Amino acid sequence: MSYIIVENLVKHFRIAKRKPGLLGAFKGVVHRKFKIIKALDEISFSIEPGELVGFIGPNGAGKSTTVKILAGILIPNSGRCVVMGRIPWKERVANVRNIGVVFGQRTQLWWDLPVIESFELLKEIYRIPNTVYKNNTEELITLLNLMEILNTPVRQLSLGQRMRCDLVASLLHSPSLLFLDEPTIGLDAVSKLAVRDFIERMNKEQGTTIILATHDMDDIETLCKRIILINHGKILHDGPLEKLRVAMSDERQLIVDMIMENYEIDDPDAKVVRRNGHRVYLRFNPNKVSTAELIKRITERHPIRDLFVENPPIEEIIAKVYLEQDKL
Amino acid sequence: MIAYWTVISARYRMLLQYRAAAIAGVVTQLFWGFLRVMIFDAFYRSSTITQPMSFENVITYVWLGQALLALIPLRPDYEIRNMILKGNVAYELIRPLNLYWLWFSRELANRTAPTTLRSIPIFILSMLFFDLQPPTSLLSAFGFIISIILAIFLSSSISIIVNISLMWTISGEGVSQILPAIVWIFSGIIIPLPLFPDCVQPILNFLPFRGIMDTPFRLYMGHIPPDQLLNVVGHQLIWIVILIAFGRWILNRGLKRLVIQGG
Repeated sequence: MSYIIVENLVKHFRIAKRKPGLLGAFKGVVHRKFKIIKALDEISFSIEPGELVGFIGPNGAGKSTTVKILAGILIPNSGRCVVMGRIPWKERVANVRNIGVVFGQRTQLWWDLPVIESFELLKEIYRIPNTVYKNNTEELITLLNLMEILNTPVRQLSLGQRMRCDLVASLLHSPSLLFLDEPTIGLDAVSKLAVRDFIERMNKEQGTTIILATHDMDDIETLCKRIILINHGKILHDGPLEKLRVAMSDERQLIVDMIMENYEIDDPDAKVVRRNGHRVYLRFNPNKVSTAELIKRITERHPIRDLFVENPPIEEIIAKVYLEQDKL
Repeated sequence: MIAYWTVISARYRMLLQYRAAAIAGVVTQLFWGFLRVMIFDAFYRSSTITQPMSFENVITYVWLGQALLALIPLRPDYEIRNMILKGNVAYELIRPLNLYWLWFSRELANRTAPTTLRSIPIFILSMLFFDLQPPTSLLSAFGFIISIILAIFLSSSISIIVNISLMWTISGEGVSQILPAIVWIFSGIIIPLPLFPDCVQPILNFLPFRGIMDTPFRLYMGHIPPDQLLNVVGHQLIWIVILIAFGRWILNRGLKRLVIQGG
């Protein structure tokens, strides 16, 4: 049996609609109109033990809602959902014992306490046996390099430090399932790499099943073999990332910083899509021209200061998925 | 159980750090204590009929009230309010703990920590200098201790309902205005309950609020004789059970309609 089974899951949110203006406000007092938002619209998928699955989608797509239902925090309107043989919201307490959660925008640590004391509180709350706690903290603290900040109160930590501590906190009780909701949001490049590296190790070495909800395409690219793409509460794609990328977008983006402002770049294989002062954005298809060759050509012909290659933003890929669906 | 105990003791230790607030509290409570003593003094001097409570008893009642004032639920727990407001309640729900008992544990610490800090100096000062009488007998002291422990639970079971109501109202402004007004009057902290007119006595006796202040105080001074102990403690116990059951029921309703604010 699968680790996680989700079938036709539906979650609605009811939001009070306000009419603009004073009159609208008065009307709202007497008679309130509600707008139903379909956060999840009949989604289905299943996840096997040991998988590292990426949930992607823009803001408000339904990623976090799915994670919260799987963790038993929210109750869906309809549909079936089984996590490790349990219905999460009916057996919440039993379910969360085996689950670790990180919500990137919040912290689960006690704001006023030194980091290590938060860990010790969690030890008591989860009733983690002494040996397990000792092993886990030692390993995690070395792995994430937290030794120096253990006695610092959480409120004095930088975002990157806090995120690493939050990751440790979510793993102290050796959960077999880990939900990460935007774990790299707002982090600098170095912290992002550290977090990514850590996630990969947990998955490979401990066999932890990980669901990574993010809208950072780079997270997904480095970590996940399988991605589930959600938008407007519907699953648009479920499978390997390469498949999505090949199907949807061959294009890469080359960003060039010119020495001069408003400089014109002409190349038969690259199209200028945008320019902004010194910066020029080019699109090219790596199947037609290799990235190395294009860069070589451009550096030879034009006075440039810097350049880098990017994947098209996630929003664009999703837009393409939509177009494809309309064609079908 | 151990997990909840951890929550209580961690929060208790955290709250004990607020020493400046406690000193300010002691000064304020002493000031109001004097004011109330003077008012009752004037009242007893000008009254010609016999009151249902002696002046000495009223003074003791007043100082007990001032010492233990922090037991009264005053306002919602602002941390819970922030959790609901900002969506951090999601983290409360991923703990392998029952949310009601988790919040109840917090509330026990919220009630006892400030009371510990404020009550001891006020007790000592008012006993030495301001005519706070000792308990009338060992039995009445025993009754007082039992009943004050139940008062902590009773108070917590009321204030947790206020906290849970934030799931609907979010701001908690209204409830923090109306709650003290009700609890202060009906617990006896404004006017000792025996001094209320006879016609309202049945209401006062029925409501849970007297269990927070009036019941333990009158046991202390023997105004409720020790042989009545089971009756009045039973009243406290029944209300604790009812309020806990009610609190758990509305919390479950709240969780069903929960929206995690801020995504």
